[in-house]
Amino acid sequence: MKYGKLSAALAAGAAALLTLSACGSGSDAGASVSDAVNNATSVVGGAVNTATSVAGGAVNTATSAAGGAINTATSAAGSMADKATSAAGSAMNNATGGGDPSKSKVLNDAKGGKLTIGIKFDQPGLGVKNPDGSFSGFDVDVAKYVAKKLGVPETGITFVETKSAEREDKISKGEVDYIVGTYSITDERKQKVNFAGPYFIAHQDLLVKADNTDITGPEALNGKILCSVTGSTPAQKVKKDYSQQVELQEFGTYTECVEQLKSGVVDAVTTDDVILAGYAAQDPGQFKLVGKGFSDENYGIGLQKDDTAGTDAITTALKDMVKDGSWKAALDKNVGPSGYKIPEPPANLTS
Amino acid sequence: MDFSFLSDDRYDFLGAFWMNVQLTFWSAIGALILGTVLAAMRVSPVPLMRATSTVYVNVVRNIPLTVIIIMMSQVLYTQLGVQLATRGERGFLATNNFRLAVLGFVLYTACFVAEAIRSGINTVPPGQAEAARAIGLRFTQVLWLIVLPQAFRSVIAPLANVLIALIKNTTIASAIGVAEAALLMNTLVENEADKYMAVFLTIAVGFIILTLPVGLLLGWVAKKAAVKR
Repeated sequence: MKYGKLSAALAAGAAALLTLSACGSGSDAGASVSDAVNNATSVVGGAVNTATSVAGGAVNTATSAAGGAINTATSAAGSMADKATSAAGSAMNNATGGGDPSKSKVLNDAKGGKLTIGIKFDQPGLGVKNPDGSFSGFDVDVAKYVAKKLGVPETGITFVETKSAEREDKISKGEVDYIVGTYSITDERKQKVNFAGPYFIAHQDLLVKADNTDITGPEALNGKILCSVTGSTPAQKVKKDYSQQVELQEFGTYTECVEQLKSGVVDAVTTDDVILAGYAAQDPGQFKLVGKGFSDENYGIGLQKDDTAGTDAITTALKDMVKDGSWKAALDKNVGPSGYKIPEPPANLTS
Repeated sequence: MDFSFLSDDRYDFLGAFWMNVQLTFWSAIGALILGTVLAAMRVSPVPLMRATSTVYVNVVRNIPLTVIIIMMSQVLYTQLGVQLATRGERGFLATNNFRLAVLGFVLYTACFVAEAIRSGINTVPPGQAEAARAIGLRFTQVLWLIVLPQAFRSVIAPLANVLIALIKNTTIASAIGVAEAALLMNTLVENEADKYMAVFLTIAVGFIILTLPVGLLLGWVAKKAAVKR
Protein backbone atom coordinates (compact mmCIF):
# COMPACT_ATOMS: atom_id res chain seq x y z
CA MET A 1 0.00 0.00 0.00
CA LYS A 2 1.08 3.56 -0.59
CA TYR A 3 0.73 5.68 2.49
CA GLY A 4 2.78 8.59 1.22
CA LYS A 5 -0.07 11.03 0.80
CA LEU A 6 -1.69 10.00 4.04
CA SER A 7 1.48 10.56 6.03
CA ALA A 8 1.96 13.98 4.46
CA ALA A 9 -1.53 14.96 5.54
CA LEU A 10 -0.93 13.56 8.99
CA ALA A 11 2.36 15.41 9.30
CA ALA A 12 0.62 18.68 8.47
CA GLY A 13 -1.92 18.01 11.22
CA ALA A 14 0.91 17.09 13.54
CA ALA A 15 2.66 20.40 12.90
CA ALA A 16 -0.48 22.25 13.94
CA LEU A 17 -0.74 20.16 17.09
CA LEU A 18 2.91 20.70 17.80
CA THR A 19 2.41 24.43 17.77
CA LEU A 20 -0.52 24.07 20.14
CA SER A 21 1.20 21.74 22.59
CA ALA A 22 4.33 23.87 22.61
CA CYS A 23 2.29 26.88 23.73
CA GLY A 24 0.34 24.81 26.23
CA SER A 25 3.22 23.01 27.87
CA GLY A 26 5.49 26.04 27.82
CA SER A 27 3.34 27.74 30.41
CA ASP A 28 4.04 24.93 32.88
CA ALA A 29 7.71 25.66 32.91
CA GLY A 30 7.54 29.19 34.20
CA ALA A 31 7.14 32.56 32.58
CA SER A 32 10.60 32.89 31.05
CA VAL A 33 10.38 29.53 29.33
CA SER A 34 6.88 30.14 28.13
CA ASP A 35 8.07 33.35 26.52
CA ALA A 36 10.93 31.60 24.82
CA VAL A 37 8.76 28.80 23.54
CA ASN A 38 6.02 31.13 22.43
CA ASN A 39 8.41 33.32 20.52
CA ALA A 40 9.97 30.36 18.84
CA THR A 41 6.74 28.62 18.00
CA SER A 42 5.22 31.70 16.51
CA VAL A 43 7.90 31.25 13.86
CA VAL A 44 6.67 27.69 13.16
CA GLY A 45 3.36 28.34 11.38
CA GLY A 46 4.33 27.41 7.84
CA ALA A 47 6.17 24.43 6.39
CA VAL A 48 6.37 21.13 8.21
CA ASN A 49 10.04 20.43 7.74
CA THR A 50 11.22 23.68 9.16
CA ALA A 51 8.60 23.49 11.87
CA THR A 52 10.26 20.61 13.66
CA SER A 53 13.74 22.05 13.44
CA VAL A 54 12.54 25.39 14.74
CA ALA A 55 10.73 23.63 17.55
CA GLY A 56 13.97 21.84 18.34
CA GLY A 57 15.65 25.20 18.53
CA ALA A 58 12.90 26.41 20.82
CA VAL A 59 13.62 23.62 23.22
CA ASN A 60 17.29 24.41 23.30
CA THR A 61 16.74 28.09 24.02
CA ALA A 62 14.09 27.18 26.51
CA THR A 63 16.40 24.97 28.50
CA SER A 64 19.26 27.41 28.58
CA ALA A 65 16.91 30.23 29.56
CA ALA A 66 15.15 28.21 32.21
CA GLY A 67 18.17 27.03 34.11
CA GLY A 68 16.54 25.30 37.06
CA ALA A 69 13.48 24.16 35.17
CA ILE A 70 15.40 21.98 32.70
CA ASN A 71 13.51 18.79 33.44
CA THR A 72 10.08 20.25 32.98
CA ALA A 73 10.97 22.05 29.81
CA THR A 74 12.65 19.16 28.06
CA SER A 75 10.12 16.55 29.02
CA ALA A 76 7.28 18.78 27.94
CA ALA A 77 9.01 19.04 24.60
CA GLY A 78 9.46 15.29 24.64
CA SER A 79 5.75 14.66 24.53
CA MET A 80 5.38 16.92 21.51
CA ALA A 81 6.81 14.91 18.70
CA ASP A 82 9.54 12.53 17.76
CA LYS A 83 11.90 14.92 16.10
CA ALA A 84 11.44 17.37 18.89
CA THR A 85 12.21 14.62 21.38
CA SER A 86 15.52 13.86 19.80
CA ALA A 87 16.33 17.54 19.85
CA ALA A 88 15.25 17.70 23.48
CA GLY A 89 17.22 14.57 24.18
CA SER A 90 20.43 16.08 22.91
CA ALA A 91 19.70 19.28 24.78
CA MET A 92 19.34 17.26 27.97
CA ASN A 93 22.52 15.41 27.18
CA ASN A 94 24.42 18.64 27.26
CA ALA A 95 22.56 19.77 30.32
CA THR A 96 22.94 16.63 32.40
CA GLY A 97 26.42 15.93 31.11
CA GLY A 98 25.78 12.17 30.84
CA GLY A 99 27.31 10.67 33.97
CA ASP A 100 27.14 13.68 36.29
CA PRO A 101 25.42 12.39 39.48
CA SER A 102 24.37 15.88 40.59
CA LYS A 103 22.02 16.14 37.55
CA SER A 104 20.43 12.73 37.93
CA LYS A 105 16.76 13.04 38.89
CA VAL A 106 16.58 9.72 40.69
CA LEU A 107 19.78 10.33 42.70
CA ASN A 108 18.71 13.84 43.65
CA ASP A 109 15.29 12.61 44.77
CA ALA A 110 16.90 9.76 46.70
CA LYS A 111 19.16 12.26 48.43
CA GLY A 112 16.03 14.11 49.54
CA GLY A 113 14.78 10.84 51.06
CA LYS A 114 11.74 10.52 48.77
CA LEU A 115 11.21 8.34 45.71
CA THR A 116 8.19 7.87 43.48
CA ILE A 117 8.25 4.43 41.92
CA GLY A 118 6.01 3.12 39.16
CA ILE A 119 4.76 -0.48 39.46
CA LYS A 120 1.88 -2.58 38.19
CA PHE A 121 -1.06 -2.80 40.61
CA ASP A 122 -2.72 -5.83 39.10
CA GLN A 123 -0.11 -8.49 38.54
CA PRO A 124 -0.22 -11.22 41.17
CA GLY A 125 3.21 -12.26 42.40
CA LEU A 126 4.93 -9.30 40.73
CA GLY A 127 3.23 -6.04 41.56
CA VAL A 128 -0.10 -6.00 43.32
CA LYS A 129 -2.03 -3.56 45.49
CA ASN A 130 -3.45 -5.43 48.45
CA PRO A 131 -6.90 -4.67 49.89
CA ASP A 132 -5.26 -3.02 52.93
CA GLY A 133 -3.40 -0.57 50.67
CA SER A 134 0.01 -2.19 50.93
CA PHE A 135 1.96 -3.49 47.96
CA SER A 136 3.55 -6.84 47.39
CA GLY A 137 5.24 -8.87 44.69
CA PHE A 138 8.67 -9.51 43.23
CA ASP A 139 8.80 -6.19 41.37
CA VAL A 140 7.80 -4.36 44.55
CA ASP A 141 10.56 -6.12 46.49
CA VAL A 142 13.09 -5.20 43.82
CA ALA A 143 11.87 -1.59 43.88
CA LYS A 144 12.17 -1.42 47.68
CA TYR A 145 15.62 -3.03 47.67
CA VAL A 146 16.95 -0.59 45.09
CA ALA A 147 15.43 2.32 47.03
CA LYS A 148 17.10 1.10 50.21
CA LYS A 149 20.47 0.93 48.42
CA LEU A 150 19.93 4.48 47.20
CA GLY A 151 19.39 5.51 50.81
CA VAL A 152 15.59 5.80 50.86
CA PRO A 153 13.66 3.93 53.60
CA GLU A 154 10.36 2.19 52.81
CA THR A 155 8.45 5.09 54.35
CA GLY A 156 9.92 7.46 51.76
CA ILE A 157 8.58 5.49 48.80
CA THR A 158 5.40 6.45 46.99
CA PHE A 159 4.14 3.71 44.68
CA VAL A 160 2.10 4.81 41.69
CA GLU A 161 0.40 2.67 39.09
CA THR A 162 2.02 2.69 35.66
CA LYS A 163 0.01 0.78 33.09
CA SER A 164 1.95 -0.63 30.15
CA ALA A 165 0.91 2.07 27.69
CA GLU A 166 1.80 5.02 29.92
CA ARG A 167 5.22 3.96 31.16
CA GLU A 168 7.47 5.91 28.80
CA ASP A 169 5.40 9.05 29.23
CA LYS A 170 5.43 8.96 33.03
CA ILE A 171 9.19 8.56 33.02
CA SER A 172 9.95 11.33 30.56
CA LYS A 173 7.57 13.72 32.31
CA GLY A 174 9.32 13.01 35.59
CA GLU A 175 6.17 11.75 37.32
CA VAL A 176 8.10 8.71 38.54
CA ASP A 177 11.77 8.25 39.41
CA TYR A 178 11.88 4.73 38.07
CA ILE A 179 9.57 1.92 37.01
CA VAL A 180 9.78 -1.71 38.06
CA GLY A 181 6.83 -3.32 36.33
CA THR A 182 7.51 -6.31 34.03
CA TYR A 183 9.11 -3.76 31.76
CA SER A 184 10.76 -5.63 28.88
CA ILE A 185 13.83 -3.96 27.41
CA THR A 186 13.26 -3.30 23.70
CA ASP A 187 15.02 -1.11 21.15
CA GLU A 188 11.95 1.08 20.63
CA ARG A 189 11.63 1.77 24.33
CA LYS A 190 15.36 2.50 24.62
CA GLN A 191 14.71 5.50 22.36
CA LYS A 192 12.67 7.10 25.13
CA VAL A 193 14.01 5.77 28.43
CA ASN A 194 17.13 4.32 30.02
CA PHE A 195 17.13 0.78 31.36
CA ALA A 196 19.03 -0.59 34.33
CA GLY A 197 19.37 -4.34 34.47
CA PRO A 198 17.94 -6.68 33.25
CA TYR A 199 17.05 -7.94 36.71
CA PHE A 200 15.04 -10.90 35.48
CA ILE A 201 14.79 -12.93 32.29
CA ALA A 202 11.32 -14.26 31.68
CA HIS A 203 10.24 -16.66 28.95
CA GLN A 204 6.92 -16.82 27.19
CA ASP A 205 5.17 -19.92 28.45
CA LEU A 206 1.76 -21.62 28.64
CA LEU A 207 -0.52 -21.92 31.65
CA VAL A 208 -2.92 -24.87 31.52
CA LYS A 209 -5.27 -26.61 33.93
CA ALA A 210 -3.46 -28.83 36.42
CA ASP A 211 -5.00 -32.02 34.99
CA ASN A 212 -4.13 -31.20 31.39
CA THR A 213 -1.75 -33.65 29.78
CA ASP A 214 -2.02 -33.05 26.05
CA ILE A 215 -0.47 -29.58 25.92
CA THR A 216 3.23 -30.21 26.35
CA GLY A 217 4.66 -27.17 24.59
CA PRO A 218 4.04 -24.68 21.81
CA GLU A 219 4.29 -27.43 19.18
CA ALA A 220 1.42 -29.42 20.74
CA LEU A 221 -1.27 -26.77 20.36
CA ASN A 222 -3.07 -28.04 17.27
CA GLY A 223 -6.65 -26.80 17.25
CA LYS A 224 -6.36 -25.30 20.73
CA ILE A 225 -7.58 -21.90 21.87
CA LEU A 226 -5.00 -19.66 23.48
CA CYS A 227 -5.64 -16.51 25.46
CA SER A 228 -3.51 -13.42 26.01
CA VAL A 229 -3.77 -9.67 26.47
CA THR A 230 -4.85 -7.49 23.54
CA GLY A 231 -1.92 -6.38 21.42
CA SER A 232 0.70 -7.60 23.90
CA THR A 233 4.04 -8.94 22.71
CA PRO A 234 3.19 -12.57 23.62
CA ALA A 235 -0.10 -12.29 21.71
CA GLN A 236 1.73 -10.97 18.67
CA LYS A 237 4.25 -13.79 18.84
CA VAL A 238 1.48 -16.40 18.84
CA LYS A 239 -0.19 -14.73 15.85
CA LYS A 240 3.10 -14.59 13.97
CA ASP A 241 4.54 -18.05 14.70
CA TYR A 242 1.62 -20.31 15.60
CA SER A 243 -1.38 -18.85 13.81
CA GLN A 244 -1.56 -21.91 11.54
CA GLN A 245 -2.46 -24.27 14.38
CA VAL A 246 -4.06 -22.20 17.13
CA GLU A 247 -6.73 -19.57 17.61
CA LEU A 248 -5.97 -16.64 19.84
CA GLN A 249 -8.50 -15.00 22.13
CA GLU A 250 -7.45 -11.51 23.19
CA PHE A 251 -8.80 -9.81 26.32
CA GLY A 252 -7.96 -6.60 28.14
CA THR A 253 -6.47 -8.33 31.20
CA TYR A 254 -4.91 -11.66 32.12
CA THR A 255 -7.53 -12.07 34.84
CA GLU A 256 -10.18 -12.46 32.15
CA CYS A 257 -8.01 -15.06 30.41
CA VAL A 258 -7.48 -17.01 33.64
CA GLU A 259 -11.26 -16.94 34.31
CA GLN A 260 -11.87 -18.42 30.86
CA LEU A 261 -9.18 -21.04 31.47
CA LYS A 262 -10.94 -21.99 34.70
CA SER A 263 -14.25 -22.49 32.88
CA GLY A 264 -12.56 -24.39 30.06
CA VAL A 265 -13.47 -22.01 27.26
CA VAL A 266 -9.79 -21.49 26.41
CA ASP A 267 -7.22 -24.26 26.60
CA ALA A 268 -4.19 -22.24 27.66
CA VAL A 269 -3.11 -18.75 28.67
CA THR A 270 0.17 -17.46 27.31
CA THR A 271 2.53 -14.72 28.45
CA ASP A 272 5.78 -14.48 30.40
CA ASP A 273 6.25 -17.46 32.73
CA VAL A 274 6.77 -15.37 35.86
CA ILE A 275 3.46 -13.53 35.32
CA LEU A 276 1.68 -16.85 34.80
CA ALA A 277 3.37 -18.21 37.93
CA GLY A 278 1.88 -15.31 39.86
CA TYR A 279 -1.63 -16.29 38.74
CA ALA A 280 -0.96 -19.97 39.42
CA ALA A 281 0.26 -19.08 42.93
CA GLN A 282 -3.09 -17.34 43.55
CA ASP A 283 -5.06 -20.58 43.13
CA PRO A 284 -2.62 -23.30 44.16
CA GLY A 285 -3.36 -26.68 42.60
CA GLN A 286 -5.69 -25.31 39.89
CA PHE A 287 -3.17 -24.59 37.15
CA LYS A 288 0.30 -25.57 36.06
CA LEU A 289 3.00 -24.07 33.89
CA VAL A 290 4.03 -26.12 30.88
CA GLY A 291 7.61 -25.00 31.40
CA LYS A 292 8.83 -24.81 27.82
CA GLY A 293 9.73 -21.18 27.34
CA PHE A 294 9.78 -20.00 23.74
CA SER A 295 11.10 -16.45 23.98
CA ASP A 296 13.30 -14.27 26.18
CA GLU A 297 11.99 -11.12 27.82
CA ASN A 298 14.56 -9.03 29.67
CA TYR A 299 12.90 -7.12 32.49
CA GLY A 300 14.67 -3.86 33.24
CA ILE A 301 14.15 -0.88 35.51
CA GLY A 302 13.16 2.11 33.41
CA LEU A 303 14.36 5.61 34.28
CA GLN A 304 14.91 8.93 32.60
CA LYS A 305 16.75 8.95 29.29
CA ASP A 306 20.46 9.72 29.50
CA ASP A 307 20.56 9.48 33.30
CA THR A 308 23.74 7.38 33.19
CA ALA A 309 24.68 7.97 36.82
CA GLY A 310 21.25 6.84 38.02
CA THR A 311 21.31 3.79 35.74
CA ASP A 312 24.72 2.75 37.08
CA ALA A 313 23.62 3.20 40.70
CA ILE A 314 20.52 1.04 40.16
CA THR A 315 22.48 -1.66 38.33
CA THR A 316 24.95 -1.80 41.24
CA ALA A 317 22.04 -2.14 43.66
CA LEU A 318 20.63 -5.00 41.57
CA LYS A 319 24.00 -6.77 41.62
CA ASP A 320 24.03 -6.51 45.41
CA MET A 321 20.52 -7.91 45.54
CA VAL A 322 21.62 -11.01 43.64
CA LYS A 323 24.84 -11.33 45.68
CA ASP A 324 23.28 -11.22 49.15
CA GLY A 325 20.54 -13.68 48.26
CA SER A 326 17.55 -11.32 48.58
CA TRP A 327 16.88 -11.69 44.86
CA LYS A 328 16.21 -15.42 45.15
CA ALA A 329 14.41 -15.01 48.47
CA ALA A 330 12.04 -12.47 46.92
CA LEU A 331 11.22 -14.82 44.03
CA ASP A 332 10.74 -17.79 46.35
CA LYS A 333 8.34 -15.81 48.47
CA ASN A 334 6.27 -14.33 45.65
CA VAL A 335 6.05 -16.90 42.87
CA GLY A 336 7.50 -20.01 44.54
CA PRO A 337 4.12 -21.45 45.67
CA SER A 338 3.12 -22.06 42.02
CA GLY A 339 5.83 -24.71 41.65
CA TYR A 340 7.64 -22.42 39.22
CA LYS A 341 11.32 -23.28 39.03
CA ILE A 342 13.28 -20.16 40.01
CA PRO A 343 15.78 -19.49 37.20
CA GLU A 344 19.37 -18.34 37.51
CA PRO A 345 19.79 -14.57 37.83
CA PRO A 346 20.73 -12.74 34.60
CA ALA A 347 24.43 -13.08 33.77
CA ASN A 348 25.00 -9.31 33.74
CA LEU A 349 24.22 -9.13 37.47
CA THR A 350 26.42 -11.99 38.64
CA SER A 351 29.68 -10.89 37.04
CA MET B 1 6.75 13.02 13.65
CA ASP B 2 7.63 9.51 12.58
CA PHE B 3 4.92 7.63 10.68
CA SER B 4 7.19 4.81 9.51
CA PHE B 5 4.80 2.18 10.92
CA LEU B 6 2.30 3.01 8.17
CA SER B 7 4.42 1.16 5.61
CA ASP B 8 5.36 -1.69 7.97
CA ASP B 9 3.56 -4.78 6.71
CA ARG B 10 3.22 -6.21 10.20
CA TYR B 11 0.34 -3.77 10.63
CA ASP B 12 -2.76 -4.16 8.49
CA PHE B 13 -4.44 -0.77 8.79
CA LEU B 14 -6.94 -1.28 6.00
CA GLY B 15 -7.88 -4.69 7.37
CA ALA B 16 -8.40 -3.28 10.86
CA PHE B 17 -10.61 -0.41 9.69
CA TRP B 18 -12.46 -2.75 7.34
CA MET B 19 -13.34 -4.77 10.44
CA ASN B 20 -14.85 -1.61 11.99
CA VAL B 21 -16.85 -1.05 8.82
CA GLN B 22 -18.16 -4.63 8.91
CA LEU B 23 -19.06 -4.35 12.59
CA THR B 24 -20.87 -1.08 11.87
CA PHE B 25 -22.71 -2.47 8.85
CA TRP B 26 -24.25 -5.49 10.57
CA SER B 27 -24.84 -3.65 13.84
CA ALA B 28 -26.56 -0.76 12.06
CA ILE B 29 -28.93 -3.09 10.20
CA GLY B 30 -29.71 -5.04 13.36
CA ALA B 31 -30.16 -1.92 15.46
CA LEU B 32 -32.46 -0.31 12.90
CA ILE B 33 -34.73 -3.36 12.88
CA LEU B 34 -34.75 -3.87 16.65
CA GLY B 35 -35.02 -0.12 17.24
CA THR B 36 -38.05 0.16 14.94
CA VAL B 37 -39.73 -2.74 16.72
CA LEU B 38 -39.03 -1.13 20.10
CA ALA B 39 -40.40 2.23 18.92
CA ALA B 40 -43.51 0.51 17.54
CA MET B 41 -44.01 -1.26 20.85
CA ARG B 42 -43.59 2.06 22.60
CA VAL B 43 -46.62 3.56 20.80
CA SER B 44 -48.69 0.38 20.64
CA PRO B 45 -52.13 0.18 22.28
CA VAL B 46 -51.05 -2.84 24.42
CA PRO B 47 -49.86 -1.65 27.86
CA LEU B 48 -47.59 -4.68 28.40
CA MET B 49 -45.71 -4.01 25.14
CA ARG B 50 -45.34 -0.34 26.00
CA ALA B 51 -43.99 -1.23 29.45
CA THR B 52 -41.56 -3.86 28.09
CA SER B 53 -40.14 -1.46 25.55
CA THR B 54 -39.85 1.37 28.06
CA VAL B 55 -38.06 -0.78 30.60
CA TYR B 56 -35.73 -2.28 27.98
CA VAL B 57 -34.72 1.10 26.55
CA ASN B 58 -34.18 2.70 29.93
CA VAL B 59 -32.16 -0.20 31.33
CA VAL B 60 -29.95 -1.04 28.37
CA ARG B 61 -29.06 2.48 27.29
CA ASN B 62 -27.85 3.22 30.81
CA ILE B 63 -25.37 0.33 30.90
CA PRO B 64 -21.90 1.26 29.67
CA LEU B 65 -21.24 -0.31 26.29
CA THR B 66 -17.95 -1.82 27.47
CA VAL B 67 -19.85 -3.74 30.12
CA ILE B 68 -22.37 -4.99 27.57
CA ILE B 69 -19.67 -6.17 25.17
CA ILE B 70 -17.64 -7.91 27.87
CA MET B 71 -20.85 -9.48 29.20
CA MET B 72 -21.52 -10.88 25.73
CA SER B 73 -18.25 -12.78 25.91
CA GLN B 74 -17.78 -13.49 29.60
CA VAL B 75 -21.39 -14.19 30.56
CA LEU B 76 -23.34 -15.10 27.45
CA TYR B 77 -20.62 -17.22 25.89
CA THR B 78 -18.36 -18.37 28.74
CA GLN B 79 -20.93 -18.86 31.51
CA LEU B 80 -24.11 -19.61 29.60
CA GLY B 81 -22.43 -21.40 26.71
CA VAL B 82 -24.21 -19.52 23.93
CA GLN B 83 -22.11 -20.02 20.79
CA LEU B 84 -22.77 -18.10 17.61
CA ALA B 85 -20.42 -20.22 15.47
CA THR B 86 -19.52 -23.91 15.26
CA ARG B 87 -16.62 -24.88 17.48
CA GLY B 88 -13.91 -26.81 15.69
CA GLU B 89 -14.48 -24.95 12.46
CA ARG B 90 -11.56 -22.91 11.14
CA GLY B 91 -11.76 -19.36 12.51
CA PHE B 92 -14.35 -20.29 15.13
CA LEU B 93 -13.05 -17.83 17.68
CA ALA B 94 -12.88 -14.84 15.34
CA THR B 95 -16.38 -15.50 13.95
CA ASN B 96 -17.86 -16.10 17.38
CA ASN B 97 -16.34 -12.94 18.85
CA PHE B 98 -17.43 -10.90 15.85
CA ARG B 99 -21.03 -12.07 16.15
CA LEU B 100 -21.07 -11.59 19.91
CA ALA B 101 -19.81 -8.05 19.42
CA VAL B 102 -22.44 -7.32 16.74
CA LEU B 103 -25.14 -8.69 19.05
CA GLY B 104 -23.94 -6.39 21.83
CA PHE B 105 -23.90 -3.35 19.54
CA VAL B 106 -27.38 -4.17 18.23
CA LEU B 107 -28.86 -4.51 21.72
CA TYR B 108 -27.27 -1.22 22.82
CA THR B 109 -27.69 0.94 19.73
CA ALA B 110 -31.32 -0.16 19.24
CA CYS B 111 -32.25 1.89 22.32
CA PHE B 112 -31.02 5.09 20.73
CA VAL B 113 -32.60 4.22 17.39
CA ALA B 114 -35.90 3.55 19.17
CA GLU B 115 -35.82 6.89 20.95
CA ALA B 116 -34.98 8.73 17.73
CA ILE B 117 -37.82 7.04 15.85
CA ARG B 118 -40.23 7.68 18.70
CA SER B 119 -39.44 11.37 18.50
CA GLY B 120 -40.07 11.12 14.76
CA ILE B 121 -43.43 9.51 15.36
CA ASN B 122 -44.34 12.43 17.60
CA THR B 123 -43.76 14.83 14.71
CA VAL B 124 -46.49 13.16 12.64
CA PRO B 125 -49.75 15.07 13.28
CA PRO B 126 -52.23 12.89 15.23
CA GLY B 127 -54.88 13.64 12.60
CA GLN B 128 -53.02 11.38 10.16
CA ALA B 129 -53.28 8.33 12.42
CA GLU B 130 -56.91 9.18 13.26
CA ALA B 131 -57.80 9.48 9.59
CA ALA B 132 -56.08 6.18 8.85
CA ARG B 133 -57.99 4.49 11.64
CA ALA B 134 -61.21 6.03 10.38
CA ILE B 135 -60.86 4.31 6.99
CA GLY B 136 -60.47 0.98 8.81
CA LEU B 137 -56.71 0.33 8.90
CA ARG B 138 -55.40 -1.86 11.72
CA PHE B 139 -52.71 -0.59 14.13
CA THR B 140 -49.88 -2.29 12.22
CA GLN B 141 -51.15 -0.83 8.96
CA VAL B 142 -51.47 2.65 10.43
CA LEU B 143 -47.92 2.41 11.68
CA TRP B 144 -46.36 0.81 8.62
CA LEU B 145 -48.24 2.68 5.88
CA ILE B 146 -48.92 6.09 7.39
CA VAL B 147 -46.87 6.97 10.46
CA LEU B 148 -43.44 5.32 10.09
CA PRO B 149 -42.72 6.52 6.52
CA GLN B 150 -43.21 10.11 7.67
CA ALA B 151 -41.45 9.53 10.96
CA PHE B 152 -38.34 8.09 9.28
CA ARG B 153 -38.06 11.05 6.95
CA SER B 154 -37.86 13.43 9.86
CA VAL B 155 -35.32 11.47 11.92
CA ILE B 156 -32.57 10.88 9.37
CA ALA B 157 -30.36 13.51 11.00
CA PRO B 158 -30.67 12.07 14.53
CA LEU B 159 -30.16 8.58 13.13
CA ALA B 160 -26.98 9.82 11.45
CA ASN B 161 -25.74 10.86 14.89
CA VAL B 162 -26.50 7.40 16.21
CA LEU B 163 -24.66 5.86 13.25
CA ILE B 164 -21.58 8.02 13.81
CA ALA B 165 -21.59 7.10 17.49
CA LEU B 166 -21.91 3.45 16.47
CA ILE B 167 -18.90 3.65 14.14
CA LYS B 168 -16.77 4.97 16.96
CA ASN B 169 -18.28 2.55 19.47
CA THR B 170 -17.13 -0.41 17.38
CA THR B 171 -13.64 0.16 18.82
CA ILE B 172 -14.94 -1.40 22.01
CA ALA B 173 -15.07 -4.78 20.24
CA SER B 174 -11.34 -5.09 20.85
CA ALA B 175 -12.20 -5.70 24.51
CA ILE B 176 -13.27 -9.20 23.51
CA GLY B 177 -10.53 -9.61 20.94
CA VAL B 178 -12.12 -8.57 17.64
CA ALA B 179 -9.23 -7.54 15.39
CA GLU B 180 -10.35 -3.97 14.66
CA ALA B 181 -8.60 -0.60 14.74
CA ALA B 182 -8.40 -0.25 18.53
CA LEU B 183 -6.75 -3.65 18.79
CA LEU B 184 -4.25 -2.58 16.16
CA MET B 185 -3.68 0.57 18.18
CA ASN B 186 -2.91 -1.53 21.27
CA THR B 187 -0.42 -3.52 19.22
CA LEU B 188 1.20 -0.35 17.91
CA VAL B 189 1.46 1.17 21.37
CA GLU B 190 3.15 -2.00 22.56
CA ASN B 191 5.66 -2.11 19.70
CA GLU B 192 6.21 1.55 18.83
CA ALA B 193 6.59 3.05 22.27
CA ASP B 194 8.48 6.00 20.82
CA LYS B 195 5.71 7.06 18.41
CA TYR B 196 2.61 7.51 20.60
CA MET B 197 1.41 10.76 19.09
CA ALA B 198 1.74 9.44 15.57
CA VAL B 199 -0.14 6.25 16.46
CA PHE B 200 -3.03 8.05 18.11
CA LEU B 201 -3.24 10.61 15.32
CA THR B 202 -3.34 7.89 12.67
CA ILE B 203 -6.20 6.05 14.34
CA ALA B 204 -8.07 9.31 14.97
CA VAL B 205 -7.68 10.42 11.35
CA GLY B 206 -8.79 6.98 10.20
CA PHE B 207 -12.05 7.38 12.10
CA ILE B 208 -12.59 10.91 10.85
CA ILE B 209 -12.21 9.55 7.32
CA LEU B 210 -14.92 7.00 8.12
CA THR B 211 -17.36 9.26 9.94
CA LEU B 212 -17.09 12.58 8.14
CA PRO B 213 -18.56 11.39 4.79
CA VAL B 214 -21.33 9.59 6.69
CA GLY B 215 -22.29 12.80 8.47
CA LEU B 216 -22.14 14.92 5.31
CA LEU B 217 -24.03 12.42 3.15
CA LEU B 218 -26.79 11.77 5.67
CA GLY B 219 -27.08 15.49 6.42
CA TRP B 220 -27.77 16.06 2.74
CA VAL B 221 -30.23 13.15 2.59
CA ALA B 222 -32.01 14.48 5.68
CA LYS B 223 -32.53 17.84 3.99
CA LYS B 224 -33.87 16.21 0.82
CA ALA B 225 -36.15 13.79 2.62
CA ALA B 226 -37.59 16.05 5.31
CA VAL B 227 -41.36 16.40 5.25
CA LYS B 228 -42.15 20.03 4.46
CA ARG B 229 -44.85 21.22 6.79
